[in-house]
Amino acid sequence: MRALSWHGKHDIRCDTVPDPRIEHPRDAIVRVTSCAICGSDLHLYDNFIPGMKPGDVMGHECMGEVVEVGPESRHALKPGDRVVIPFTISCGDCPQCRRGNYSVCERSNRNASLAEKAFGRTTAGLFGYTQLTGGYPGGQAEYIRVPFADTTHVKVPSTLSDEQLLFLSDILPTGWQAAVQLGIEETDTVAVWGCGPVGQFAIRSAVLLGAKRVIAIDRVPERLDMAAAGGAMPIDFELESVMERIDDLTNGKGPEKCIDAVGLEAHVSGHVDSMYDRAKQAVMAESDRIHALREIIYLIRPAGTISMPGVYGGLADKVPLGALMNKGITVRTGQTHTQRWTDDLLRRIEEGQIDPTFVITHVADLADGPALYQTFRDKKDGCVKVVLKP
Amino acid sequence: MRYESTGSPRRGHPDHATDRLARGLGLVSIALGVAELAAAPALARAAGIPCREGLVRACGAREIATGVALLAAEDPAPWMWARVAGDALDLSLLAGGLGDGPRRRERAGLAMGGVAAIALLDLAVARTLAGEDRHPRPPLADYRDRRGFPRPPSAMRGVAREAASSY
Repeated sequence: MRALSWHGKHDIRCDTVPDPRIEHPRDAIVRVTSCAICGSDLHLYDNFIPGMKPGDVMGHECMGEVVEVGPESRHALKPGDRVVIPFTISCGDCPQCRRGNYSVCERSNRNASLAEKAFGRTTAGLFGYTQLTGGYPGGQAEYIRVPFADTTHVKVPSTLSDEQLLFLSDILPTGWQAAVQLGIEETDTVAVWGCGPVGQFAIRSAVLLGAKRVIAIDRVPERLDMAAAGGAMPIDFELESVMERIDDLTNGKGPEKCIDAVGLEAHVSGHVDSMYDRAKQAVMAESDRIHALREIIYLIRPAGTISMPGVYGGLADKVPLGALMNKGITVRTGQTHTQRWTDDLLRRIEEGQIDPTFVITHVADLADGPALYQTFRDKKDGCVKVVLKP
Repeated sequence: MRYESTGSPRRGHPDHATDRLARGLGLVSIALGVAELAAAPALARAAGIPCREGLVRACGAREIATGVALLAAEDPAPWMWARVAGDALDLSLLAGGLGDGPRRRERAGLAMGGVAAIALLDLAVARTLAGEDRHPRPPLADYRDRRGFPRPPSAMRGVAREAASSY
């Protein structure tokens, strides 16, 4: 089958690889009808996350049709079922899954010892996202093997298009969780750093959840336009001071709730800390550039809450812990507990509360994937979200 | 002012950062030019070229003219190239001091190092501006209608309020 494989920094290829097969009684094989490139795939493309091996199949946002089911998943799935595959592989049985903490499933990471070395304890297996999270071949391919398939799927109706449903796999629930875990109240101002796809969904989630005002911070004009269309007040940090604008909008007190939808590759600006991070990253003295997070910690209102859907990979320094502690800030993090939110979000899509297709800017054949990684990374051609058709 | 070009995600938008840098270099030009006019003998000695006071004054006048042009011009790009050319002239002038004994050579060498560092910055700014457009191109795309909601955001605010405490 054809699949997009990682071969090194900035080297994604559309390769022919062996078809997946059932390896465990709970597996299923899904024929992928649509998949997407995620912003967090770019961290692998830029080689900032350790644990990739040449030939690893990329992709953790996909959906399709079940073509084969292992004997222990037949109570939940059958060939022909149309499913979205959550990016978090979850057994459904372990103590964490039973609490709804699907992204830290204790059983699905087959390379748990590697994860323990990096993170102290293992987290869930993820599709197409390094050996640290199981090294499972991803969904930017014609077929995907889904482990724990009876609990790692979302059945979806035939009445909706792939484009309406695909983002249930990751970015829609990720933006939603980012907003829900803020505990938004009617009087809250929510500021969202980063207007990529997750930031866009976080903005719309904050609006739906009732935030008084949503502020969006980025530097790409098209993304700021899209954020404004979703109800946010845009701040272009290339043109104006984020601090001054936020002070103006919040009477000098700062937003009660902030979302970091930037993650480890914050844009290198003229700020000293930003250049410092870039230099340290270049000599591998730290892995993450955290300018956005530092700015959030300084600007947030005391006793506020920060939500971090943006992906971080390893280590960073110059974290303003004094401000974090003395201001009494709550920080909520984590990969998304995808399955916790998907049923509710599917209902909201069916009811028309949100139409996730707004974020799609490029649709192409899988073979065009390598070039579109570059386009997406460089934010060229107005690229916000790429959907690929295997 | 120049506008970011095809290769930039901010295509069509003014490049304020580089423009500010260019204007700042204009202020540096004026300050240096005034110093060269007011203290030519001392500066000539410090740079290892004590017999060239007249040339130092001429350079001062040139710096002031370039600086004023950088601050006044609508498009700073040509005047940044004027700065680069001035840097080359300064370097050739200072190179004349390299053969006049070890003490002057040391001073001229130090001065050349400083001018070379500024020349690199001038060159970077000039090249950035040269790669940009004099007039804005249309934006890459228009996403102002991509709201993702069936109704305006103001009508969707709080539709899912019951879920806000569901974490």
